[in-house]
Amino acid sequence: MATPNTTLWEVFIRSRNGLAHKHCGSLHAADATMALQAARDIYTRRGEGLSIWVVPSNAITASDPSEKGMMFEPAESKIYRHPTFYDVPEEVGHM
Amino acid sequence: MYTQALNTSDGEDRNVEDAARSQQFQARIDAEERIEPNDWMPAAYRKTLTRQISQHAHSEVVGMLPEGNWITRAPTLRRKVALLAKVQDECGHGLYLYAAAETLGSSREELVDAMLAGKAKYSSIFNYPTLTWADIGTIGWLVDGAAIMNQIPLCRCSYGPYARAMIRVCKEESFHQRQGYEIMLTLCRGSEEQKAMAQDALNRWWWPVLMMFGPPDATSQHSDTSTKWKIKRFSNDELRQKFVDATVPQAQFLGLTIPDPGMTQDAGGHWRYSDIDWTEFKQVLAGNGPCNRERMAARRKAHEEGAWVREAAAAYAEKRKTRQLAQAAE
Repeated sequence: MATPNTTLWEVFIRSRNGLAHKHCGSLHAADATMALQAARDIYTRRGEGLSIWVVPSNAITASDPSEKGMMFEPAESKIYRHPTFYDVPEEVGHM
Repeated sequence: MYTQALNTSDGEDRNVEDAARSQQFQARIDAEERIEPNDWMPAAYRKTLTRQISQHAHSEVVGMLPEGNWITRAPTLRRKVALLAKVQDECGHGLYLYAAAETLGSSREELVDAMLAGKAKYSSIFNYPTLTWADIGTIGWLVDGAAIMNQIPLCRCSYGPYARAMIRVCKEESFHQRQGYEIMLTLCRGSEEQKAMAQDALNRWWWPVLMMFGPPDATSQHSDTSTKWKIKRFSNDELRQKFVDATVPQAQFLGLTIPDPGMTQDAGGHWRYSDIDWTEFKQVLAGNGPCNRERMAARRKAHEEGAWVREAAAAYAEKRKTRQLAQAAE
């Protein structure tokens, strides 16, 4: 068939007020309106969401897994960024 | 689900085996790490998963046909809305699974075309007919029950997108099994004719359902590597036994008789079933089951009759894009 492959969209859903939109899957649709409608039918059949974002998949830039070390390792060695690194005497109480 | 659109290393080494990388890959699997779409993976792992996930997706979609057959004839409105919701779920499950399969690099169109051309298989259980309303109860109770047995371990499958899709599917599937059992319970508490109808459905579905777990361990061709790659966590025979042990007491509660006179309970409490007729399984797999031709014809018809919708939606999207570009240029 001559019809080109239907555009792929990533779906993000906010489950309750106050929570961030979270990636929940993907779907195919010809345009944004149809993508939103399909997302509602596919991903919120049981009241899973109060808000939906759809984003064309090719608009996402992803980090390269082979550069995982370079990207994330520097954070691992910096234990002084965590509260447990610091000693506070018990007498001081909760801090 | 990060699909082929995000594959950064297209072409480069994608299908080439590399001993060192394979070893690293196996080490990640052994450490229970999840493999994600853009990670390196052996070509055979990619191929096995594409086959398994797409067949799983095709099964969900074809699975709508035998049950859809009864939507207009459901005995009450309550049964009708439940069945409609269940069939809609099966469609959703098919779509989650296609999306997971696509992350391995095949397009939706390729996957669907392979199914319609008869090159990709779907679960042979859907090649049996739904002759009475009791068949709808039996499908929910046993077919979905067997599917859950198979799918729960898949929630821990080594391939991330497949495992995540299965978690969603399993959450929704338990409603399917319960609504099926409720139908059976209502029939079994009804008139003699209704109880006989339930027994007849169980008689027809029992053996095909046991075959759903696949060939016996001694002859299964895909098991070894799938186990090594942690795609499969339990063998066919282990899952089949678990299913039988869970189902026998449920049948007893209904007052139905499992159509296997040779069945006995061993000292360990396991129900030992008689030998399965694998020639029937092979026949259905080869395309000679009661409904193979009908199912394929129904899928092809739906696909062909939907072509104008896909073309119109694409043309409309294209027109709007062109108009927006023209407006932006003004």
